[in-house]
This record gives sequence, structure tokens and C-alpha cells, in this order.
Amino acid sequence: MKRWLPFEWIAAVRFLLDGAVQTLVIVGGIAIGVGVIVFMSAMLAGLQANFIKRVLTSVPQIQLLPPDQVARPLRGQPGTIEAAVVQRPTQRMISIDQWPKIRAEMQARPDVVYAAATASGSALALRGDTSRAVTLYGIEPEIYFKIVKVPDFIVAGEAQVTTEGILIGIELASDLGASLGDKIIVSTPLAGNRILTIKGIFDFGNKAANQRNTFVTLRNAQSMLGLIGGVTSIDLTVADIYAAESIAQEVQAMLQVKADSWIKTNAQFFTAVQAQQNSNTLIRLFVGLSVAFGIAAVLIVTVIQRSKDIGILRAMGTRRGQILRVFLIQGGLLAFVGSVLGSALGALALFTWHRSARQVDGSELFPLILDVDLFVWAAVLATATGVAAAIAPALRAARLDPVVAIRG
Amino acid sequence: MADVLTLDGIRKSYNVGTPVETEVLHGIDLTMQRGDFLALMGPSGSGKSTLLNIIGLLDRPTGGRLLINGEDTGQLGDSALTHLRGHAIGFVFQYHYLISAFTARENVMMPMLVDCGRPDAAMEQRADELLDRVGLSKWRNNSASNMSGGQQQRVAVARALAMDPALVLADEPTGNLDTKSADDVFELMRQINRERGTTFLLVTHNDDLAARCDRIVRVVDGRIAG
Repeated sequence: MKRWLPFEWIAAVRFLLDGAVQTLVIVGGIAIGVGVIVFMSAMLAGLQANFIKRVLTSVPQIQLLPPDQVARPLRGQPGTIEAAVVQRPTQRMISIDQWPKIRAEMQARPDVVYAAATASGSALALRGDTSRAVTLYGIEPEIYFKIVKVPDFIVAGEAQVTTEGILIGIELASDLGASLGDKIIVSTPLAGNRILTIKGIFDFGNKAANQRNTFVTLRNAQSMLGLIGGVTSIDLTVADIYAAESIAQEVQAMLQVKADSWIKTNAQFFTAVQAQQNSNTLIRLFVGLSVAFGIAAVLIVTVIQRSKDIGILRAMGTRRGQILRVFLIQGGLLAFVGSVLGSALGALALFTWHRSARQVDGSELFPLILDVDLFVWAAVLATATGVAAAIAPALRAARLDPVVAIRG
Repeated sequence: MADVLTLDGIRKSYNVGTPVETEVLHGIDLTMQRGDFLALMGPSGSGKSTLLNIIGLLDRPTGGRLLINGEDTGQLGDSALTHLRGHAIGFVFQYHYLISAFTARENVMMPMLVDCGRPDAAMEQRADELLDRVGLSKWRNNSASNMSGGQQQRVAVARALAMDPALVLADEPTGNLDTKSADDVFELMRQINRERGTTFLLVTHNDDLAARCDRIVRVVDGRIAG
């Protein structure tokens, strides 16, 4: 008997050890439940992180654009005739009004991590007798590359955007028959032809993006697109990617810009992520509930089995509160030990699955994310669940009439 | 000097306030003084066990007064009764009821542990002394389930003495033992009674053992018959 342990702990541990088989079975059950939760949570977190990485590294999380241009017919003036149909005007390429001020304002927000201005528009890329329609992105590389991680996708050359240089996608390079260091002509209606050198070739893993996207310096794009001193969008990354839509709405309400978040532009993907999260939560909830019911059932049986012991303990002066605590501790201990074993089980399953499950291209299906927090939370929540599940059996034990209990 | 136990017109009814209300004890008067060794006898269903439960503060009477060491228990709440039971009364049951998850020594320590909350050296020493007194020093680290009935009952006697109670209630303590063991256990209680002056109230069906007690009280149909 350990001298520093209080009576309740001693009794709880001894009762659990005395019914070793029963204890092992329930601890096994809890371990499997917690293992499933840990495995699923870590795997889904990994898969989700992978998906999000794939989607969000090639697009900004929020894009601020000039507001839609609308026709404003004069109404209600005496002597004017109202048109029955008002046609939507063509959307000319215009700059965001006061963009340096807006960018500074965005950068100052605590929920915005980076804000980069870009000027983009259509152009033609020509080489020999081949031409391809492309989107010309004029960027400030040092900040833009923090938002869209182009350097991570470079397959040839470097992510260096210079006055004479251009970055193009792997598909465009192949269509034009061009390789690193070759010169191509980029033609725009306003600025005519401009000869640029291919400084880098990237592969976003998306054919359309590899065919269309090209990156030049902001100044180049401004002059080629006829937007001297202007930009067509301000791209943002935010601290919490799931708050992107609410931030976008807030910004749109505050400023004269249109704000599109990745959640809106990738609605289907976002719905899939949400559905996955919801199903994960549901599975966790039901596994947690079945673990709780398992603990409660075993403890109810234990109370019945131990009723004579409880009776004799009460007869020798044990208070109801002490009996209550003995069974609450048993619930907590069962769940804690089960959760520690379950965490180890879940981590092992995760390692094994991570090693064997591969994508078609041989790369990992999901990054292995073993967050210490996950294990700590699993243990804390499981223990709390164990104690909560033990409340009913513990109350039953505490309320046992010693006369009835001793008589059996 | 105050009586250890005073029963004054103790009544007990079941199903109170219903058409099937039954009174099983019809006004019991009894006093016991320090050092008494009393046998409580009576046929099955006479109310002995009910009376013993009431005296042991495990059950409450529906009428009359019960005084332990001069303290009226009628006014005490549940936790005060539990405290008084732990300190003033020791129990020895027919089916010994040691807690199988603990060793003999730990079973003897249990009333002290329950009272103090944590084990200490003094408790261990007292448990060892008591086990020595009942002749089971060698068996102190044995689990309760690895002992014979007679040995278990001796441990139960040692446990009943752990808090040095004024009164030990023994409900047919030898009812489940062979003649030799029964005799040993009875003699042990008798010796302790003489050495320490502990008051013993023994429920028994055994006339020979009853004859060796100081007093015999017979309960018949819920009344003291003599």
C-alpha cells in the first residue's frame, strides 16, 4: 500500500487489479475506440492539409478586384424615356482605385498575413509560327511568392522575375517548343510585342494553369496591359483559412472593391472539406459515446459484484462521498490507461497506413502529422468521458444501503 | 460511567404508512455496560438481525431511543452516524466478508485508512499487533481469498478491533465454521473481552457458546423474552 496514496485511489486501483480480466477487456475496448479516433483525426488532418496545400498554394486565399462596372441609367428625370432593358456594360480592365492605400490597410489587419498587388490581363505568347493565349501576371515577386508559392513548383531554372524575364508553365513551354533561356514574344493589344527570356518553368500539377499562367514583373505587366501605375487585384493570405470568406465579406462591405475568397471560388472543394470534417466529428462523437457506455456498463457490473465490499466498507465507517470517489476514479483510470494505449495503437496504425498507402504517382497519400496536442486531448477527453460515464454507477454504489449490500 | 449501549423502547416497522405496514420490533429495552459479553438468541425471523442492524447504526428505528456511549443517535445525520459507527462499533459477520482485493494486514488497516484517508506507519504497526494478537502474524501478507474460513474470521475480529471500538457486534461469527475453528474464534473474542474490556454482542444459534457468555438475551417475535 503506497503511503502517499489516498484511500479512494488505493481502493480504486485494487478493485481494478482484482478483476483483472474484466479490466483488461474494457481497457482494450477503450484503447480501440481511442485508437480509431486518433487514427482518423490524424489521417484526415493530413489528407485535408494535403488537399488544402494543393489548392491554396497556386491561388490566393482572398482576391480584391475592382468593383463590377454597371450601367446607371438616369431615372425619374422629367422628360426622359426609360430604357426597358439595360445592358450590362463590357468590363474594361481598370485599376483598383487607391490601391496602395488599400494594400497598406490590408497589410495592417491582424488577420491578414500578406497582401500583394498584381496586374493581370490577357496576352498572346508567340514563338515561331505558334501562338498561345496566356494570362500575364505582373507581380512583386518577394511578396507574391509568399502567397502563391511559385518557387516550390519550379521544375527548370529559378523563380526569378526580372525586367527581361518571364516564368511560364511546363505545358506552355512544350506547346511553344521553348526551354529555359529561350526567348518568346509576348504580345498585347496596347503595347504590341515584347521579347522576354524564359527564366523559369513551373509545374502547378494543373494543366490549365501550366498552359495559361505566366509571371512577369509588375512594372512590365502594367506597361504591357496599359495600366500605368495601376493594379487589377490585391491578393491576400489570411491567418485562418476558414475565416477567409467572412474576412472577404467584411472587406467588401468596407471598401470599394470586390472581394473573392478561396471558399467562394472553390465552393465544391470547400463543401467536400466541410463534409469530411463533419463526418469525422460524427464518427468521433459516436465512438466516444460507445466508449462511455462501455465504461458505464462495466462499472455497473462492478458495483453489483462489489456490493458486499461496499456494504462492509460502509459498515466500518466509509462515507458515501468516499465510495462515490472510488468509482469515479475507476472510470477515469480505465479511460486514461485505455486512451494512452489507444493513442499508441492509433499512431502505429497511422505509421503503417502512411507507409503502405501511396498515390498513383508514388508520392505519399497524406503527410504524417502526429500532433502532440491530439494525444494530450485524446487522453484528457477520454479521462473526462470515463469520469462522466462513472457518475451513474458511482452514485448507485454510494447510495447502496449497507444492510441490503451485506445481506447480498 | 455511561452505558456503552442503551436501547429504550426500540420499535421498527417496515412499509410505514402503507396498508401492509408490519412492526417487527415491538419496544426493545436493553442496556450493555463496558466489558459485557452478551449472547443474543432467538429463532429465525424473530427480529435479531433487524435489532443488530439498528444497534450497528446501519438501520434506523421507527420508534424509541438508541444511545451509544451515552450519545443519542436519533438526532444524528447520515455522516455523523457513519462517523460514530466507524469509531464506536466493530463488526464481525457470519460470512467474514474480508475484502478480497486486499491482504490480511490491509483488511485490518481498512477502518483506520477509511478514517484518516491515507495509510501511515502507525496503522501498519497497529494492524500487525492485532494480527499478532489473533495469531496470524505469519499470514499478514496473504490475500484474504487464500485463507481458511477460521483464519478469515480471526482477521475479521482483528479488523473489528482496529479502531478500538467500545462495542463489537458479531452476527453468528462461528455459524459458518467447523467446531474447532468456532471454538477458537469464540475463545479469541472472549479473551479480548477480558483483556481490553471491549463489549461484545454476539448473535448465535449455538446454545453451548451462548452458555459461555455473561448474559443471554432471547428475542421472540420482536420482543425480549428473557
